[in-house]
Amino acid sequence: MERTIFHCDLNGFYASVECLHHPEYRNVPMAVGGDAEKRHGIILAKNQLAKKYNIKTGEALWQARQKCPELVIVKPNFSMYLRFSRLVKAIYADYTDQIESFGIDEAWVDVTESLHLFGSAQELADEIRRRVREEIGLTLSVGVSFNKIFAKLASDYKKPDATTVITRENMREIVWPLPVGDLLYVGRATEKKLNMLGIYTIGDCAEYDLAILVRKLGKWGEYIWRFANGLENSSVSLQGSEPTVKSIGNSTTTPRDLRCFDDIRIVCYILAESVAARLREANLQCSTVTVYIRDVELEGCMRQAQLSFPSDISDEIAEAAMRLFRDNIKFDLPIRSIGVKASELSWGEQSFQLSLFGDQVKRDKSLALEKSVDVIRQRYGAKSVQRLMMLQDGLLSGFNPKQDHVIFPESYFKG
Amino acid sequence: MSAKEYVDVITYHKKDGQIKPLYIVWHNGVKYPIDRVTQITRAASYIAGGSGIRYTCYFQGQQRYLFLEEDRWFIEKKGG
Repeated sequence: MERTIFHCDLNGFYASVECLHHPEYRNVPMAVGGDAEKRHGIILAKNQLAKKYNIKTGEALWQARQKCPELVIVKPNFSMYLRFSRLVKAIYADYTDQIESFGIDEAWVDVTESLHLFGSAQELADEIRRRVREEIGLTLSVGVSFNKIFAKLASDYKKPDATTVITRENMREIVWPLPVGDLLYVGRATEKKLNMLGIYTIGDCAEYDLAILVRKLGKWGEYIWRFANGLENSSVSLQGSEPTVKSIGNSTTTPRDLRCFDDIRIVCYILAESVAARLREANLQCSTVTVYIRDVELEGCMRQAQLSFPSDISDEIAEAAMRLFRDNIKFDLPIRSIGVKASELSWGEQSFQLSLFGDQVKRDKSLALEKSVDVIRQRYGAKSVQRLMMLQDGLLSGFNPKQDHVIFPESYFKG
Repeated sequence: MSAKEYVDVITYHKKDGQIKPLYIVWHNGVKYPIDRVTQITRAASYIAGGSGIRYTCYFQGQQRYLFLEEDRWFIEKKGG
């Protein structure tokens, strides 16, 4: 049976919520931006008037101000955005239980089974848009298609507050002329590779020889080819069936650039402590530690290493991370942001092979110590007990990744 | 001037979970009885800026919208 899948995208979500709550922002160019003083100073969302000034999500606040000096920039209020996100999803839930969130402002909604109750796909999409506009006060773009990839393309096709339907009949006219970079998971690097093969549009890709694509791009070649031909057939997962955790990580853009390993060490330990505490909270241990490094030119890389034992001890995670930082940072350019991630997770308190030479007693003691610290911090705050090194630089150590609200970008391939 | 006016409200909580607003208490302490509620629906207020559960209320024959936004009540101020 042909599926009917909606991709619903809340237009300029953060900015729309702010404009709803502050009528005075509606008639001026306005954007939601991070905290410039803490150097999280990028545009997160903008309203339609700001869009006219060609202000782009992700650019620095100073760049945006150059384009539009009178731009009003407001700080984000994440708890309010989460509330609105829940309210909108409650509307989707009136029509189906197959609702797969893709970040805070997007979701796939599979209405195949309930569509006959509500008329045509176009009518139902318009009805959902009307309800979100009237009941919540936000505008929504809905893409309707027979698979998730085309539904997402369709929701990007016309904004704001519009419905676009892509069928097998019109896909050649609508989808194929679009640049191949519009496909989900074709980033700049992949697009460049495809351009070298003479592939510029999605249609070029669809009509390309699959065998050559696979030879040049590996399994990604096949994914992309299937996407372009409308053959993608993954299902929309049920609401609430959150994927199991595969990794736990924290990263931060530091308030000032990092220029030596002492700087790195302070931030690394804070991140590792947060990651270890979150592992313990979830009763998990990790066997792999990954670090993420980005310099002031925004060039980034990731490096990973195995631990000798599954661990949820912050010292062990931090030391592994520090080794990776030492091996991979040359300080040709100052470092702007770093991250620490724990993966290859297993349940804690499982039996495992002890090392003949490792000091298990010391590990047990460290763990007991860290658990005590968890309890103290829970009662008296993160700063009530901290490592001496944190006092070297209050600016660098003055953040709490475990508590500060972070909304992580999501990956399409969650499995 | 903001068109959103948070107000004190005296309510009646029914055993089925429904909330019925009975009086609005204005800043000067005057209680205005709500004669009738004709519609309860989730709605956005573009005038006041906000969204919540909208109660269409009648005060002395006049219709006004009263919104329950999470745990606070507001009305749309006229000419705001």
